[in-house]
Amino acid sequence: MRTAFIKELFELAKQDERIVLVVGDLGFGVVTPFMEQLPKQFINAGVAEQNMTGLAAGMALSGKIALTYSIANFPTLRCLEHVRNDVCYHNANVKIVSVGGGFTYGAMGATHHAVEDIAVMRSLPNLVVVAPGDPVEARAATRAIIAYPGPCYLRLGKAGEPVVHQSRFEFELGKAIRMREGKDVTLMSTGGILLNVVRAADLLAKEGIQTRLLSMHTVKPLDAEAVLAAARETEAIFTVEEHSVLGGLGSAVAEVLAEADGVKVPFKRIGLPSAFSPHIGSQEYMQERHGLTGEGIAKTVMASLRTTAGKLN
Amino acid sequence: MSSATQIDLAKLAKRIRKHCVRMTGTANASHVGGSLSAADLLAAVYGRALRYDPQNPQWADRDRFIMSKGHACSALYAVLAESGYFPVERLETFYQNGSPLAGHVMHKNVPGVELSTGSLGHGLPVATGMALAAKRDGRPSRIFCLISDGECDEGSVWEAALFAPHHKLDNLVVLVDYNKIQSLGAVREVIDLDPLADKWRAFGWAVRELDGHDVSAVEQAVTQVPFETGRPSCIVAHTVKGKGVSYMENKLLWHYRAPMGEDMTKALAELDGQP
Repeated sequence: MRTAFIKELFELAKQDERIVLVVGDLGFGVVTPFMEQLPKQFINAGVAEQNMTGLAAGMALSGKIALTYSIANFPTLRCLEHVRNDVCYHNANVKIVSVGGGFTYGAMGATHHAVEDIAVMRSLPNLVVVAPGDPVEARAATRAIIAYPGPCYLRLGKAGEPVVHQSRFEFELGKAIRMREGKDVTLMSTGGILLNVVRAADLLAKEGIQTRLLSMHTVKPLDAEAVLAAARETEAIFTVEEHSVLGGLGSAVAEVLAEADGVKVPFKRIGLPSAFSPHIGSQEYMQERHGLTGEGIAKTVMASLRTTAGKLN
Repeated sequence: MSSATQIDLAKLAKRIRKHCVRMTGTANASHVGGSLSAADLLAAVYGRALRYDPQNPQWADRDRFIMSKGHACSALYAVLAESGYFPVERLETFYQNGSPLAGHVMHKNVPGVELSTGSLGHGLPVATGMALAAKRDGRPSRIFCLISDGECDEGSVWEAALFAPHHKLDNLVVLVDYNKIQSLGAVREVIDLDPLADKWRAFGWAVRELDGHDVSAVEQAVTQVPFETGRPSCIVAHTVKGKGVSYMENKLLWHYRAPMGEDMTKALAELDGQP
């Protein structure tokens, strides 16, 4: 996703000199071509995320399309009030880009586990929150946020994730992508966990459970219509995210369901507990420990369906 | 410089001070002390240095003024009204229900405000971004940013202070309203900043230290920026909290207390009696 983002941004920036990339002294080897070939559109703010964010806001208020770029929680939580006041309140055309959503940097320790960012960023007014699911979505999301004239948060994974989308799709901010149709359950996914959600849908199919699979790349504004359609047209809804179950996609979907008239659908958030993970390891290891592999997700869905069925009986 | 211009700036500063007293006193609002300490700086910047057009607040090549000490908003609103951005009568709505003039600097529906502030340490990074954008675009805009002394406790101020000289932003000017009193006490007792000018110098700024109530000295400084080509300019202005009203001067109390009733009458009379 990281590679897809920077390649797309590089192409866009060559065409539009308003685009400026402000990095927080991170992106070794990634941002180098951009830095070397578009030096007038590149700034290294140093290890100073508050200033990085303020700089970007000041440049955006002077007509630029400014991106801040760092990893994990640094461009979001570290400088949160600068994002809130300088970027969001002024509706400044700033795109906050974080590489390393979820457990991308699982082995680096809890400081580098970015598992509350969606919740926090989603609560900020004026901010569009996008977490693409694979490199193809990341590329499309990059185009979309640059075209959108306001503040955005782009949550990326790492480099080298496989492409999940096997067929062409339309990417529109705030619009879920329906990747698979099924009438039994809906799985809604945001961010880099998409591959595992597809695997879970495959496993469920083997059990005779047909899945509607939605890639909810935009958590804010949420595609409420897609949520309500899933509630009407399928038997249960599960949200999946490599993020705390507090405040992320699961919460956003729950808010829509809870306030909708006449909607009664079994619903479960699959994600991380609100806790610092006691584990350290690769993203795959962390996913396994937290029940977020394809098998883990499918198991949770099956168990939940059995419980629901029990209740109904 | 003629003595006539000096008197003009002094008169503008006096009008700003009177507005500040009336606004905070009428509204029972805090922060009159730090507004009065900044009045001469604002008068000199808006009266002499800043290139702006109140009829066209979004003019791309304008100079920009960022009031980073957002709590001293009454002084900014006053100088904006005096400079023609909006009618002076609007100042009477300060801090009232439904008014655009909030108790910290807010940009919504207030022509001439470049940045909403109120949380300290935000103004200089944004001003630095504006200066960088102007440089990269080859625009003549200069950015003036007024910060408080207590604000220099904020790490983000020093992040920007490191960045701006590295990028040779000589179109950036920071003015420090060094009135020596912050929220809970004397600056030297809370977190001592001295030697403050040396700190800015060490970070790579071209620094001038002056009496922030000597309007001709301030005028000279703000019209002579950049002090050095290739360096951002810093004006460390030694000021007096509550300047111009005898019972407020150097009193921590007037960081908070509003000059109401008799206090307001006395303050306005004192200010009227000054040149």
